[in-house]
Amino acid sequence: MDAHKLRRALRAAFPHTIPIMVSFLFLGMTYGLYARASGLGWQWATAMSALVFGGSLEFVAVSMLMAPFAPLQTFLLAFVIQARHLFYGLSLLDRYRGLGAKKPYMIWTLCDETFSINVSTDPPEGVDRGWFMFFISLLDQLYWITGATLGGLLGSMLPFDTAGLDFIMTAMFTVFLTEQLLKEKRHGPALIGAGAAVGCRVLLGADSFMIPAMAAITALLVLFRGPIERGLEE
Amino acid sequence: MTTLQMYMTVTLCVLGTQLTRWLPFLLFSGRRTPPLVEYLGKALPGAVFTLLIVYCLRHTDVLGGSHGLPELIAMAAVVGLHLWKRKLLLSVAGGTILYMALVQLVF
Repeated sequence: MDAHKLRRALRAAFPHTIPIMVSFLFLGMTYGLYARASGLGWQWATAMSALVFGGSLEFVAVSMLMAPFAPLQTFLLAFVIQARHLFYGLSLLDRYRGLGAKKPYMIWTLCDETFSINVSTDPPEGVDRGWFMFFISLLDQLYWITGATLGGLLGSMLPFDTAGLDFIMTAMFTVFLTEQLLKEKRHGPALIGAGAAVGCRVLLGADSFMIPAMAAITALLVLFRGPIERGLEE
Repeated sequence: MTTLQMYMTVTLCVLGTQLTRWLPFLLFSGRRTPPLVEYLGKALPGAVFTLLIVYCLRHTDVLGGSHGLPELIAMAAVVGLHLWKRKLLLSVAGGTILYMALVQLVF
């Protein structure tokens, strides 16, 4: 491979990532601040951004690191929170074919934003498609790690009382839920999630409701597959 | 939680995440995706956010303390801000600042 080809791909990829740069730097910083305010060192924010690289789960992971050790719940919750990647992967099977050594890295760092570009955008004529998509993946991850690290480093210098800052996670998920409710016509999965979670929380208590809730959600989704699937297709 | 348990927690988050990223490529590169898998891939994300909100608020005591009022007010503000401007950062920042003011100054 020649350097010229790489430069062209990077130059073509960068403009597509500018909106993501802005939002990842801000959200990443918020994440670093939150991790810091929760009592974790900045290294944790940096390490999780690089290794997990999934916004929602990283916020939840801070909360789990502060709670009693629950390995099975941690693993299952990570899988369920990130389950949407299954769908992204299925949609990218063809586009990511034949990319050689770049492919494992691109799968490792697959996230919502990278998916949305790589599934829909073709580079201009004469630019290598594989390297174009590789740089989209790389730049997005670098923005997020940079933001989280900055937030983690700045977090120790916050001049105000941080009590209540943890609400940021609730606020973020509330926005995601609002977006989702606006987007879809029928709300079967959201109602199943809410019902199963509230029901299990009330019956089983704060420390042991998550695994049963995840099992109940999966079972109910399978049970009501017919009507939900029709709703998804509308 | 001990330091070792913290490392294990992060490792499990990485494993759970990477499994969702690799499975489609490992299992279905050559074959057709089973319809049930495809369906769950589409339906699960819709159920996750309500589950996560309940997880975030799992220690909120609706029967005692401030009865979850600060949470309720701040969440209403987040939804209101978001319906109004539809800007992620504004909605999140506005709701969080309001919540911090409520728990530090009011409740």
